[in-house]
Amino acid sequence: MPGASVSIRDVVVTYPGADRRAVDDVSLEVPAGEFVVFLGPSGCGKSTLLRTINRLVVPDAGEIFVDGNDVRGASPETLRRGIGYVIQAVGLFPHMSVAKNIGVVPELLGWEPARIDARVDELLALVALDPARYRTRLPRELSGGEAQRIGVARALAAEPRVLLMDEPFGAVDALVRTSLQDETKRIHRALGTTIFFVTHDVDEALRIADRIVVMNAGKIVQADTPLHVLARPATPYVEALLDTRDTVRRLSLLRVSDALSQSERSPGDAPAIAADATLREALALLLAGSTQLAVADRNGAFVDFASIRAALAASAAAA
Amino acid sequence: MIANASGFFVGLHVEDLGVRLAQHLLIVGIALAVAFAIALPLGVLAARNDRVRGPLLAALGVVYTLPSLAVFALLIPVFGLGLVTTEIALVGYAQMILVRNIVAGLQAVPAPMRDAARGLGMTDAQIFAKIDVPQALPLVIGGLRLAAVATISIATLAGKIDAGGLGALLFAGLDRDDPSRIVTGSLAAAALAIGVDAILRRIERVAIERAR
Ligand SMILES: Nc1ncnc2c1ncn2[C@@H]1O[C@H](COP(=O)(O)OP(=O)(O)OP(=O)(O)O)[C@@H](O)[C@H]1O
Ligand SMILES: [Mg+2]
Repeated sequence: MPGASVSIRDVVVTYPGADRRAVDDVSLEVPAGEFVVFLGPSGCGKSTLLRTINRLVVPDAGEIFVDGNDVRGASPETLRRGIGYVIQAVGLFPHMSVAKNIGVVPELLGWEPARIDARVDELLALVALDPARYRTRLPRELSGGEAQRIGVARALAAEPRVLLMDEPFGAVDALVRTSLQDETKRIHRALGTTIFFVTHDVDEALRIADRIVVMNAGKIVQADTPLHVLARPATPYVEALLDTRDTVRRLSLLRVSDALSQSERSPGDAPAIAADATLREALALLLAGSTQLAVADRNGAFVDFASIRAALAASAAAA
Repeated sequence: MIANASGFFVGLHVEDLGVRLAQHLLIVGIALAVAFAIALPLGVLAARNDRVRGPLLAALGVVYTLPSLAVFALLIPVFGLGLVTTEIALVGYAQMILVRNIVAGLQAVPAPMRDAARGLGMTDAQIFAKIDVPQALPLVIGGLRLAAVATISIATLAGKIDAGGLGALLFAGLDRDDPSRIVTGSLAAAALAIGVDAILRRIERVAIERAR
């Protein structure tokens, strides 16, 4: 099922007793199927803004529409059953098996047991876990990374058109986090679900976002593609938060195919690199002691320092 | 020695024991059932409401510390001798233990777990049934176990006020200076407490295993 568009209009949230707004007049238009990342320091209002979408937090002012429908139109429970929700590891129910956890929302929706079982197996396969091995396990019998995959599977169980993820990979180590990010991207491409993803990890945001929403003190400071945010930070705050002068960081968003040069003569014994590798990887290979890299499956194409520099300049100009 | 011992066992009042044991179980069973029916809503309310919790636990604590004999003495002028006075006293005692453990059990449910349940679209009733109850169950059963053991012991006082039970056997022995009745009554009450404790302990372990 393809994603839904989400429209956030002039939303304000003030918690009882707080002296300042947790979300301060935020508006954001999100087209169907976009992967949006809320990025910002602790306490800037990312979770609060996220939780207004499924009405876990009720705004004091403003409106939110999912696919054009006001989220206040149905009961909160009905709304939430149609919106996936993933939080850090503690979110799995320890007294329920993996299958029971994944089947929570379908069960709330009254699906037949046979249909739930089939869906559980399908989802386990989707998050790359063997159904036969994992179905009957309890959450305490899972690694942190596996538990998070189950959390994602559970959120996707009833084919939601919007998925909310609140620092879902904050509790796993860097290596596992990278693979979970890749899986999430793959699932996003496969399903087309609109995803809202909260993180304060800049590299995570750059890796997975279609659009990064940079927040500070309850406000949106900039909302743009990763490349544009890096190339054209809207304020000194964004520049500092993302360390935008870090050229290597920008190279990790560009592909070898963005920096091709053509040569007549054969590249000789130059090392090969894939066209969809990042320029950051290409740079690392060049620094290891080559003057140019042959691009695999592109006859005669190569990258070198000059073509990388040109691609970097072009990306800044385009942004 | 051996002759003495076998004579001692022959002297046990086995013919009364069955009836008295059944009465005792009934007294304790009614007390625990009524006490739990009251403690559950009180416990849920106290766990959810900070302003109720403190005063309620304090009040129940006062009841709990009253000497049981004094409580019987205070109730008899109003409710007379017999089962009603016994049950009121027992329910009062069990209340503190049950409510305290229900509150502790519910408060121990991690907030993010309930948040996830709400975020997935559970209603308050569904969160209670599917998350709070299984998570709080070990502590609630633990409370039930402590209350059962205390009630079995205090319920022997019922024998003194014409409500029957193992205490009747015990007090009859005291009145008639008949050690075999005293021993039979005491041993049976102790065995009952130990047995019930063991059974509930086992159930508690299963609940812990399932809540983790
Ligand atoms: N339930 C609440 N009651 C009162 N204040 C709250 C509540 N939740 C959050 N706040 C406050 O609102 C502000 C925004 O909090 P929020 O949780 O949205 O931040 P965040 O960006 O998600 O931070 P983090 O990265 O630490 O999760 C903070 O000042 C926080 O202290
Ligand atoms: Mg947060």
